[in-house]
Amino acid sequence: MMNYFSALVLFLGCSLAHAEGGKFSQPNNPKWKAECGSCHIAYPPRLLTAGDWGHVMGSLDKHFGANATLDAKDAEEILDFLRLNAGSGSRHAAATFRISDTEWFAREHHEISAGVWSNPAIKSRANCTACHINAEKGDWSERGVRMPKGISREHD
Amino acid sequence: MPYQRSLCTVLLFLSSTSLVLAETPASLISGYAAEAAKTSPAFAPSAQRGQAFFTREWGISQKMPNCTVCHGKNLKVDGKHVVTDKRIDPMSPTVNPERFTSFKKAEKWFKRNCTEVTGRECTAAEKADFIQFVSQ
Repeated sequence: MMNYFSALVLFLGCSLAHAEGGKFSQPNNPKWKAECGSCHIAYPPRLLTAGDWGHVMGSLDKHFGANATLDAKDAEEILDFLRLNAGSGSRHAAATFRISDTEWFAREHHEISAGVWSNPAIKSRANCTACHINAEKGDWSERGVRMPKGISREHD
Repeated sequence: MPYQRSLCTVLLFLSSTSLVLAETPASLISGYAAEAAKTSPAFAPSAQRGQAFFTREWGISQKMPNCTVCHGKNLKVDGKHVVTDKRIDPMSPTVNPERFTSFKKAEKWFKRNCTEVTGRECTAAEKADFIQFVSQ
């Protein structure tokens, strides 16, 4: 029984690790997609911890420089969805509540040099679709990455 | 059983009324115009005033000094969020039929964007003028 359990844990662990930069299964909620996906793409819930999502949703009036206040009922539904599908572990947490400041993000993007992020075609770490061109459709795979014209990952 | 049937009737009724009550750009304009007329009885929506509002340089917000920095000058093509670069669907209901079909959604965005760009909430008159302008 124990062996079976460990095998299952290992299997799940591997599939998660494998899915890390790939097409991880995308939970969906129409309100989340509409409300969180207007000014930026709707960032996948698993990229931040439940606690961090709580902070983000609790301070929408000062949302990284913008007022993104929602209807109380919509905000509650969205927070439930985010918490239910949130990431766990410190690598998905950030004191700034920015996904781009998590350990996970830094590790996944370790080959990208600082100058690349500030390139006008990319602008910032928040602009996922600049390179993950099909991210809105849930494709985060390595193969789905297209660096904007004239930029290479190691460019500085 | 009779209870279920009546529940079905109620649901059918609700879904049909929600269809009937779905908003259109025209119905939003008349709603805002009626509200504006309460304070200025001669009010009539003006696309020209709407355009002046849209292109005005407010200069309140550093990142978003006017509407066009995100929505562009041509309302029939995509805009681009000035901070995040996110594509914004065209504002014009003639090319984007989803625009101005929900009062709740229109109110949400007027509130957010007016506060950001003009530094205050928009009046009903401004909203009527604006939808009149983008609908043409």
